[in-house]
Amino acid sequence: MRELYESQRAMRNMRQAAMQRGVIAILDVGTSKIACLILRFDGPERFRDSDGVGSMAGQSSFRVIGAATTRSRGVRFGEIDAMAETERAVRTAVQAAQKMAQVRVDHVIACLSGARPRSYGLDGAIDVHGQMVEEQDIGRVLAACEMPDYGAGRHVIHAQPVNFALDHRSGLADPRGQIGNRLTCDMHLLTVEDMAVQNMIHAIGRCDLELAGLASSAYVSGISSLVEDEQELGSACIDMGGGSTGISIFMKKHMIYADSVRMGGDHVTSDISMGLQVSMSVAERIKTFYGGLVATGMDDREQIEIGGDTGDWEHDRRKVSRAELIGIMRPRVEEILEEVRGRLDAAGFDHLPSQQIVLTGGGSQIPGLDSLASKILGQQVRLGRPLRVQGLPQAATGAAFASAVGLALFAAHPQDEWWDFEIPAERYPARSFKRAVKWFKDNW
Amino acid sequence: MRSLSRAYRDPAPSRWRYRYQRLMLTPGFRRMLRVGLPLLVVAGIGGGWISQPANRDTVAAAYAQVRDQIQNRPEFLVTAMAVEGADAGLSAEIRRVLPVEFPVSSFLLDLEEMRQTVGAVAAVESARVRVRPGGVLEVAVTQRVPAAVWRTRDGLKLIDASGTYVAPLANRAARPDLPLVAGEGADAALAEALALYGVSRPLGDELRGLVRMGARRWDVVLADGQKVMLPAEGAVQAMERVLALDEAKDLFGRDIAAVDMRNSARPTIRLNPPAMVALRRVAEQEPGQGQ
Repeated sequence: MRELYESQRAMRNMRQAAMQRGVIAILDVGTSKIACLILRFDGPERFRDSDGVGSMAGQSSFRVIGAATTRSRGVRFGEIDAMAETERAVRTAVQAAQKMAQVRVDHVIACLSGARPRSYGLDGAIDVHGQMVEEQDIGRVLAACEMPDYGAGRHVIHAQPVNFALDHRSGLADPRGQIGNRLTCDMHLLTVEDMAVQNMIHAIGRCDLELAGLASSAYVSGISSLVEDEQELGSACIDMGGGSTGISIFMKKHMIYADSVRMGGDHVTSDISMGLQVSMSVAERIKTFYGGLVATGMDDREQIEIGGDTGDWEHDRRKVSRAELIGIMRPRVEEILEEVRGRLDAAGFDHLPSQQIVLTGGGSQIPGLDSLASKILGQQVRLGRPLRVQGLPQAATGAAFASAVGLALFAAHPQDEWWDFEIPAERYPARSFKRAVKWFKDNW
Repeated sequence: MRSLSRAYRDPAPSRWRYRYQRLMLTPGFRRMLRVGLPLLVVAGIGGGWISQPANRDTVAAAYAQVRDQIQNRPEFLVTAMAVEGADAGLSAEIRRVLPVEFPVSSFLLDLEEMRQTVGAVAAVESARVRVRPGGVLEVAVTQRVPAAVWRTRDGLKLIDASGTYVAPLANRAARPDLPLVAGEGADAALAEALALYGVSRPLGDELRGLVRMGARRWDVVLADGQKVMLPAEGAVQAMERVLALDEAKDLFGRDIAAVDMRNSARPTIRLNPPAMVALRRVAEQEPGQGQ
């Protein structure tokens, strides 16, 4: 537990140092693309002396001064698969963004899209010492949460207090200063595979950068794509990436569940590639230009030239109707959405008061996805695009940049996590002091 | 499927290229390149050139030549010397102690040293030296005014009112207008001597001079060897008393050798021997009156 505190606190301190220098980079290492944004913190909100959330949730404190995207290499299912390839792709993105920003960045906040996230709901309860709930009572109640056995080889990336209850009153966002006897808290713990985290740290370190923060991609997509009342009332954000589809459920402005399905747009592309006997790049191009999910009579007549450069005239002049293409894509997208549906059901999403579902990520741009998703996931489905932040280039405002923009918001205003509170004093070893007292008593 | 003729180019920067770009984006490094490196190069080239002795000599020679050219311009040349406020003898003396060969550049004249040299001449009280526009070295002096003749073992000297030596004097007759003083320490007490002269003006030509006795007090010497011995303190008052006595009783017309005023409570007269004999005879003839 202690080394978790220390490593996360070290990352927080690095983030503070980067904020002091005013420049920080955002790195979204995905399966299909790597996006790098460079943020400069010089807005009017930066030196606000009061605490709490600033106006526009702290967004006005930064602006994007550099943005670059490159095709990702060496990443599978959102996890780094070939270190050297990924490192080169990260270097490409960072160098282009630095060139645009004309500034050197040393600190990076990254997100993990795959790595098999696992959610745990924890709760803890203590008796309040004094009359009022103090700062250290919060630390104590968080420390009182029973740590689940999440297994070796896993790494905690988020541990956010979600709800506080004082005596019989529940749903408190901030119990400090309130009077009561028994303080209970619910905490959401998210663990990922440690190997993926270590690979990410290593790849970033090889690019001479330092990791100043790590977040789950599903979480940050939810931050940027869900509007405020959706976060408040309960909603799910489905981030359809290239190699994995992230799911995050928000309630009362806190993430209460996150998961990821190890399927995404790349699988659709590979289906097209296999079905039409074309290369992956051609399949990607066909998917982007002509892809769809709902076939109409018009689509039977629309012929798509597949092309090819084998030299065989018959092979290179093949044509396929759009309805056939839709016939290839639809089952895979349905499979992904069914899988998502299963995860949401397992999480108990249908018990939430509002069941808004927001689809975002690059995969959500397939035409007809909203009607297909509403058949599978429920009626309240919409397509989400990330929030507009200052200075973001037009090319980076699409749904594919939901997690990059969410990371920028996360960098500007991170949510309180477990390690942001003080470790309660009784967790320090008290035995040595008792032994010293006993020695004095015995010998004097 | 790629054609074999076109080589596939990796868009990723190499590790070193990436590092190089990051280095070039570091503000301190860029400033060093922009300012520090040119400075270093210029300083290195300059230092390397200077380190050759031949180059240093060239620079020094060029500097000396330019300096000489400027110094020898006609605007800076001094062609003559003018001595002001001095009589002919002192003027010649000043020209003798300032051996300047004209024409000379004004940069080469050390005016302060020349002023001290001129000021060291005995007859000069103060001196001012400057280069006048038009290339004239002007030496303005204030001459010492002799106030008395001092007779010493070495001969006669002219001294001014403060007792400072002005010039030698060949004989007394050359300056009969000046009072004559003698004796050790006469120059130090010259102010008192001059006051005594002023008081003694009624004596006229009778007054020969003043003698400083034991560097302490004055004797006034009159024409026929008569002396007035004055006290160390209040000499002028004592002299006034003697003069009043002389006016009333024609003191100096009598046959006396000296008037001793050293003890002001008891002025004493020393008679010449014949007068003394005469006085004794008179005293014997009038027994009742003597004793």
